[in-house]
Amino acid sequence: MSTVLLEEEMTDTPAAPARLLSAGPAAPGQEAAWEQFTKIPLPTRTDERWRFANVKDLDLSPYLQPQPVDETTREELLARSRGLEKAAGRMVFANDQLLSREVLSESLTRLGVVWLPLEQALVEYPDLLQQYFMREEAILGGQKFAALHASQVRTGMLLFVPRGIEIDLPVEAFHWLHGANSSCFPHTLIIAEERAKVTVVDYYESADTNAPGLACAVNDLWLGAGAQVTYVCAQNWSREALAFQINATVVGRDAQARSLFAQLGGRHVRSESVSHLRGPGGRSDMLALTVADNAQEVDARTFQIHEAPNTSSDLLYKNSLDDAARTIFSGLIRVDPGAQMTDAYQKVRNLLLSDDAEANSAPGLEIEADNVRCTHGATSGQIEQEELFYLMSRGISKRAAQKLIVNGFLQEVIERLDQPEIGARLAEMVQAKFAAHR
Amino acid sequence: MPTEELNQFDIDRTRGDFRYDVQYQYDAGTGLTHQTIDYIVDAKGEPDWIRDWRHKALDVFLSKPMPTHWASKDLENIVFDNIRYYLAGGQKPSRSWEDVPEDMKRTFERLGIPEQERKFLAGVEAQFDSEAVYSNIKKAVGEQGVIFVGSTDGLKNHPEIFRKWFGKVIPTGDNKFSALNSAVFSGGSFIYVPPGVKVKHPLQAYFRINAENFGQFERTLIIADEGSEVMYMEGCTAPKFETATLHSAVVELVALKGAKIQYVTVQNWSPNVFNLVTKRAIAHEEAEVKWIDCNIGSRLTMKYPGVVLKGRKARGEVISIALANDGQHQDTGAKMIHAADETTSNIVSKSISIGKGRATYRGLVHVPKHLKGCKNNTECDALLINSTARTDTYPAITVRGTGNACQHEASVSQISAEQIFYMQQRGLTEAQAMSLSVNGFVNDLVRQFPMEYSVELKRLIDLEMEGSVG
Repeated sequence: MSTVLLEEEMTDTPAAPARLLSAGPAAPGQEAAWEQFTKIPLPTRTDERWRFANVKDLDLSPYLQPQPVDETTREELLARSRGLEKAAGRMVFANDQLLSREVLSESLTRLGVVWLPLEQALVEYPDLLQQYFMREEAILGGQKFAALHASQVRTGMLLFVPRGIEIDLPVEAFHWLHGANSSCFPHTLIIAEERAKVTVVDYYESADTNAPGLACAVNDLWLGAGAQVTYVCAQNWSREALAFQINATVVGRDAQARSLFAQLGGRHVRSESVSHLRGPGGRSDMLALTVADNAQEVDARTFQIHEAPNTSSDLLYKNSLDDAARTIFSGLIRVDPGAQMTDAYQKVRNLLLSDDAEANSAPGLEIEADNVRCTHGATSGQIEQEELFYLMSRGISKRAAQKLIVNGFLQEVIERLDQPEIGARLAEMVQAKFAAHR
Repeated sequence: MPTEELNQFDIDRTRGDFRYDVQYQYDAGTGLTHQTIDYIVDAKGEPDWIRDWRHKALDVFLSKPMPTHWASKDLENIVFDNIRYYLAGGQKPSRSWEDVPEDMKRTFERLGIPEQERKFLAGVEAQFDSEAVYSNIKKAVGEQGVIFVGSTDGLKNHPEIFRKWFGKVIPTGDNKFSALNSAVFSGGSFIYVPPGVKVKHPLQAYFRINAENFGQFERTLIIADEGSEVMYMEGCTAPKFETATLHSAVVELVALKGAKIQYVTVQNWSPNVFNLVTKRAIAHEEAEVKWIDCNIGSRLTMKYPGVVLKGRKARGEVISIALANDGQHQDTGAKMIHAADETTSNIVSKSISIGKGRATYRGLVHVPKHLKGCKNNTECDALLINSTARTDTYPAITVRGTGNACQHEASVSQISAEQIFYMQQRGLTEAQAMSLSVNGFVNDLVRQFPMEYSVELKRLIDLEMEGSVG
């Protein structure tokens, strides 16, 4: 008889949550992923895909399997799940447990829109999951963490928008991480059929902004011909969290994908985002803004793969770095043989606000077609003294002037979303992060 | 462009692609062991410290893995056991052209070296396989106290300067190939320019691989003392052999306070040479180092000239042109390590990929903490001529602190169809128009080369462009 059981009998309290690394798969059917996870070694410094990253910070041993939250916490977290004023639907999860689901309008459901927590979708739409669930391999170095996710995922959001259906208001999902050293595995799967149109916002939040924890998220977007999908991920985990995000966006003929990752929280955040431009005429806009301070490390890896001719991609990543923060941007544009008339752009800008901050940029190109226009640019710099002087001469304090300038710097990314309500919400979150600083 | 002129270039195409049977007095055989090292040291009559140094370097070489986690897989095709590491005629470098053995002289005459020297070169160091066979420096330069000799001569006769800097810019263990070079190096130049001396004319060296399966491992060390100026030019050729040949050089430059060094390379190895070269400079206070690097030949070139900006207001620059044709991979770039305040660096790279050629830019810019007023500018432009050509760009930029600025830009394009149409309409053939267009693309960089090199370069580009269209 195990010691855990013994303790349980003696104290009559629930068993302590199992450590993640000794927990095994979350449910039957996830064994293969677990085996893969245990087999793949942790990344090392010499792995080019982990260049610049602090790989010593990836120890998973402290983290525990997610535990259901109690009723009081549930009420509290629901109250704190403040999203947009108007949304087509909202799901709230805490520690990988669905807390609430405010239903999409009946008419949309009648039109064939499927919006379900993953575990329910697995029962009702197995074919859909079979076809789309984690079908794109993590190719930017995060295979181990993708396998961990696949072995641990319990819930998440499936949104299927059938042919020609447009959902006007955004669909939202909150994922809460609760309890010291807890883990969670948020999942978002969006499938937009031909000419379908939808906007989705994910919010990643921690109940306690100082609690250590692990989050390992996957979000995949599938765009059929002419579909338009906007995806926003507002990451605000606790400042002690270790977080992974793995994204794949598959863009069909003439489809338009737009994604924005706002990186605010976390101690060490690794984000991998791949756009497959698979159908001619497809376009992907890849946006990100990072506000990093203290000893935060935000490590973003991107890949724009032009697999078909006449496709375009446009990436804009902006990082503001304070204190001893580190950011990494490593992005690659790839143009496959035959993907003529590709138009690809990639731009990363780092604004360093402190002498201890460090920005690493590695923008890359791999071009195997000749009739293309591919450009990338990376800049690192600081606030212009003249700009600061101008504002200060108008009676604005130095701190306030700095914040204004940083805000203006990040605003360009938010404006590219072209969704004022979401933009305002993101700006608010950025403000909150500034306000909490020091 | 008249046809005769094009035909003239056609004759030039085989320039460098010829070979003479030479009886080598010293031949270390194939493969590399500690015995090979002893053989080389004995053959060259080197002092003991260099023997120990070489043995240690060999251990480092053997212990280091191939850099395959980022580099081209083609590296795996190098068979180190099949390479001959030392070949030499055995004679001392000759002072006058007449003393050079007849067969070697024929080789160099075909390459046109003495002719060039007569024109304006200050000194020539020609290396044939492992050893320098002909070395001369114009009287005037010698009188100024400039030392321009082979590396072996340098370490034997000028140890007080040589040992101080040798292996300090590029340590043995820097990478697998610098370790290999440190173990078996032979030939290359040693240059010392005394304080305040400005060498008016460029010093030139020519490297040539003559024997099949031969690895050439020259080692060059240039020291420009305070306030001095020097320009060094090197050219490389090899005949086409059936099997692959290895060239792995190490070049170290030291620019002391206020000194200026320009290092020009026109690399035109035959397309079966692995060209794996480590080049780095240290620039002290207010010194300037400029690498002008042009890669046209070889099967695989991996070369990233670097400058460590060690002193305040030091400046580093890399101007790079790469042309990759069928079966070629030009993996070139630059490294700028900022290590002092107000240091500036500039990298301009232009590459052209033709046919199935692949050109890669790989760069590193590092600005560490608490430096002020550092600036880097990087520009990479790639031109793709055919749909089968490939180009890659992999820069890596690390910036710390609030006092510095870095910017990087890269673009990939093709020749505009309108331009070609415009020129064809005026009576040029498509090939001529393409050639003109490519020359225009690199023109602003080519102009930075010494005049005769830029003429040579334009011709080489014309040659490479022939038959690549239509």
